[in-house]
Amino acid sequence: MFAADFEYRKAGSIAEAVQLLSDNPGAKILAGGHSLIPLMRFRLARPEVVIDIGGIANMKGISVSGDTINIGALTTHAEIASSADVQRANGLLAEAAGGIGDPAVRNRGTIGGNLAHADPASDWATVLTALGATVSAQGPAGSRTIAVADLIEDAFATVLGENELITTVSVPALAANQRAEYAKMAHPASFYAVVGGAVVVTMDGDRCTAASVAVGGLTPRPVKAPAVEQALSGTTLTMDSIADATARLGDDLSAAGVDIIGDVFASADFRSNIAPVEVKHALLHAIGLAHH
Amino acid sequence: MTTRIFGSGIRRREDPRLITGQAAYTDDIKLAGMVHAAILRSPHAHARITSINTDAAKASAGVLAVYTGADIEGVLNPIPCAWAIPDSDLKAVAYPAIASGVVRYVGDAVAVVVAENRYQAEDALELIDVGYEPLPSIINPEAALADGAPQLHEDAPNNQAFHWVAAGGDTDAAFADAAITVSETINQQKLIPTPMETRSAIASWSSAMGELTLWNTTQNPHIARFVTCLVTGVAEHKIRVIAPEVGGGFGAKIAVYPWEMITAFCSMQLGVPVKWTETRTENYVATTHGRDHVEYVEMAADANGKVTAVRSVVYAGMGAYLSTAAPGIPTILHGLMYSGPYDIANIKADVYGVFTNSTPVEAYRGAGRPEATFLLERLMDKVGDAVGIDSVEVRRRNLIEPFDNNRDVAIGITYDSGNYSGALDQLLGHIGYDQFRHDQEHEREHGTFRGVGVACYCEICGLGPSQVAGAVGFGGGLWESATVRIYATGKVNVFIGTSPHGQGEETTFAQIVADEIGVDVDDVEVVHGDTDTTPMGWGTYGSRTTVVGGAAVALTMRKLRDKARVIAAHLLEADEADIEYEDGQFFVRGARDRAQSIQDVALQANVAWNLPEGIEPGMEASTYYDPPNFSYPFGAHAAIVSVDPDNGHITLDRYVAVDDCGPQINPMVVEGQVHGGVVQGAGQALWEGAVYDDNGQLLTGTMMDYAIPRAHLVPDIEVHSTVTPSPHNPLGVKGIGETGTIASTAAIYSAVMDALKPIGVTSLDMPLTPERIWRAIREAGYTGNGHGHSHDHDHGHGHNH
Ligand SMILES: Cc1cc2nc3c(=O)[nH]c(=O)nc-3n(C[C@H](O)[C@H](O)[C@H](O)COP(=O)(O)OP(=O)(O)OC[C@H]3O[C@@H](n4cnc5c(N)ncnc54)[C@H](O)[C@@H]3O)c2cc1C
Repeated sequence: MFAADFEYRKAGSIAEAVQLLSDNPGAKILAGGHSLIPLMRFRLARPEVVIDIGGIANMKGISVSGDTINIGALTTHAEIASSADVQRANGLLAEAAGGIGDPAVRNRGTIGGNLAHADPASDWATVLTALGATVSAQGPAGSRTIAVADLIEDAFATVLGENELITTVSVPALAANQRAEYAKMAHPASFYAVVGGAVVVTMDGDRCTAASVAVGGLTPRPVKAPAVEQALSGTTLTMDSIADATARLGDDLSAAGVDIIGDVFASADFRSNIAPVEVKHALLHAIGLAHH
Repeated sequence: MTTRIFGSGIRRREDPRLITGQAAYTDDIKLAGMVHAAILRSPHAHARITSINTDAAKASAGVLAVYTGADIEGVLNPIPCAWAIPDSDLKAVAYPAIASGVVRYVGDAVAVVVAENRYQAEDALELIDVGYEPLPSIINPEAALADGAPQLHEDAPNNQAFHWVAAGGDTDAAFADAAITVSETINQQKLIPTPMETRSAIASWSSAMGELTLWNTTQNPHIARFVTCLVTGVAEHKIRVIAPEVGGGFGAKIAVYPWEMITAFCSMQLGVPVKWTETRTENYVATTHGRDHVEYVEMAADANGKVTAVRSVVYAGMGAYLSTAAPGIPTILHGLMYSGPYDIANIKADVYGVFTNSTPVEAYRGAGRPEATFLLERLMDKVGDAVGIDSVEVRRRNLIEPFDNNRDVAIGITYDSGNYSGALDQLLGHIGYDQFRHDQEHEREHGTFRGVGVACYCEICGLGPSQVAGAVGFGGGLWESATVRIYATGKVNVFIGTSPHGQGEETTFAQIVADEIGVDVDDVEVVHGDTDTTPMGWGTYGSRTTVVGGAAVALTMRKLRDKARVIAAHLLEADEADIEYEDGQFFVRGARDRAQSIQDVALQANVAWNLPEGIEPGMEASTYYDPPNFSYPFGAHAAIVSVDPDNGHITLDRYVAVDDCGPQINPMVVEGQVHGGVVQGAGQALWEGAVYDDNGQLLTGTMMDYAIPRAHLVPDIEVHSTVTPSPHNPLGVKGIGETGTIASTAAIYSAVMDALKPIGVTSLDMPLTPERIWRAIREAGYTGNGHGHSHDHDHGHGHNH
């Protein structure tokens, strides 16, 4: 667990970071380092140049403007979990951030690094997909906006260009009639998601008028669940209707055409069976049918 | 009178330096001119080495030397096993520090690089070209013994390391006559101890002096010196072993490993200090593991649930080689404890030690006794079910009656004292057992599955009389020593042969001293962990430090008190017979105001201006204490769990421990030991297990995969106690370091089985992962009861399970 030789560069601005990326093909951005450093220490990653973006002030912090929460890519999970603005505008963000790893991980790990790393077990990818969040990415050609749902292509692979950097994550605030929840089966060692289900439901009394559902952990990238969403929309949410709707998750997983991940801790078969359970738990919490 | 210091829950003096990062572990030590070693380890579980080319590595930047198995041949002797169980046909196979010819597990050393810094050493490791011819490998100890299994050692046919049988009574007859017999197959999965500090060593050879100094993360520096002498050939008096701060051992730092012997070899070859520190990934394959039994166990009982016999056939994995104390664990520390706290007339333990292509197995907290408790408690539950009585009732019908001085059990050992039902009664009160059973019935009707598990235990520790050690093949003594010196200023140093590494004896031994001779506890400093400055001792393991080493301290204080009394009588110009002692003051009976304090006496003893005839100067004494028997702490633990049948998730709702370790020197330290032990036992029940693939590769090779317990998954542990002194110990104390682990795996497992009882799940392997639970529930045909989601577990944020 000793990294191979590399050169360390510190970027003072987003523009400088992009320039350094362009000048040093194969260079790696260093944010919280919680994924990059272990990979380097296992010598599974051997970048010749590491570009530390930790000092770029305008990539940090949270601001709410109108119905959008803008979170700098370098903002840590702990900052998101404890932000009063976030708690007010979108409680699910704070809750999901607070459920990541452990305090040390939350104090160092960043939302941008988490998305860019595209670990299938990431909580953010699933939660932000359900919430319809977007990221701003800055490259040599300028800035573009990418939906989180489109950002991750595969396990550990994003649509970001070699020289592109996530600068901001933008998340819609929840409306007064929206409820959002995330339930995960966490790996007991890392607390990474073995299976995670995120839901956003728009309610008219007991009736759900619109739903957004995503699952992750069991798939290389988060999977949206239109069949479940459809079954929920226009339905009065009860134990039974929720159970009926989540039973359709299998259709969504098949339609997505993705492999189901299995490992020593949880087989693919188990994970596919548990995914509807986690979505069900999230929905029951969202509408207050499960007591805390 | 002030509160007695013995029995006070004062804060551990060790903690400030540990908490503030001021503690110096081996890896924190930097010597002038020190260079760094890195070890190349076999990626194969079993292979023949066909070639090794080290040329490129030797030419790499900063590299001073590269050594392979060929280089140590004839220089470093093989690593010895120190526990040769008699009458067991034990095969002491060769255990070379660096493999030559054949590698036998993933992690076996193949070469070592020494370089100016560790990065250079790691870079050079990548340049060593080793040709391997993979051989078939075997991981499961039962399968390893079977015909046709891959063979590890030529001189250990069928991979049998030893075969040991212990018996008392007539077990076969008892089974033949039994109204009820129950049986179980138990998989005591392999565990990875995971101390916070990985292993580390610094060797510094002085060719001018012919002296070797070895800083070493060990639980037993004196044993380490003894073995280092055997392996390196350096004479014992020319070796100094220092155990600096040691960051957790749990048994994994008992063994003398090849790695520090390699480090010593490198220093002796190069003439400069060499440091080697294990990485965490390396730790998972190169530091010893625990448990690894496949057990077939049976119990016989009469129609009322009175147990008449217990027997086993155990296949105990030893890993690829015999680690220092390994053979003693599934035998002496396991098979001899098959009576537990119960009155069982016929007992037979039949244990095979088996070589497998995996990391060697050693003691791991509890070492043999958790396995013994687990099988007894598992079988006791089954007897209860077979007879149709509650799990507590079946235990009650079998517990040994209270006794305060010696009770023989069928397997041939003698317990010191016990009040097993006393502990059980207290436990049931704290847990609210009857109420729980009542509530449980109601909850089950609503599709909520909660269970309670009770484990009663009695364990053997405080190792032990040296005569017994010799008789059971232990390659050393098991006595302890202490030297106590009181200076002219009245301050006290205690030099001990045991080697605490987190247990808190720097605090509790100071309490013993303060209690025995009336000095302030803050005037006492305990010195340990250095063979040059401490008297001989056999180390810290087997919950023996306080029982044996603490007794040596207490007896030393009594010698000093006797000497002080003579001097005080002289100073008070009184007859020694008229001198009374209380709270650090010596005075003539009835004349308290004219007292000589222990400090007054110590000053006189040290300056020696006015000593009585025949009394030597100085205020120092030593004791070499060999205990007359082991100590047998006991208790009863209970766990309450909930199981979510939807996803197989288990929540540990409550944990209550009642332990009896005799009088407690420091209840807060006792509580800490129970907490840690319970949590480690919970780890085995719920989360931990080394998993290998068919090629002998460790799949749980990092802390991202191997789940040690996390604080937020464990409830507040409720700790209670009873006090039954050991009749043979000068302080009446028994061990407490391992009891938590010994009881908790069984209690938690039993609670989960109790929760799943209405569903019809009857057997499960540990760890009880969600998938295992979920599958068992499905296989039992449970599909929910239509009440839906009526119970939910919330661990704070995100509804995480
Ligand atoms: C023990 C442990 C437990 C964890 N548990 C969880 C969990 O429960 N849930 C969860 O979701 N996560 C978990 N994580 C992940 C952690 O929270 C971090 O989010 C993650 O490691 C990456 O963030 P980072 O800031 O550390 O990124 P880094 O490690 O610095 O970088 C990761 C990758 O992203 C790239 N990168 C970083 N920032 C940017 C950027 N702004 N633009 C483009 N590329 C970038 C880097 O070049 C690198 O390739 C865990 C991690 C650990 C070590």
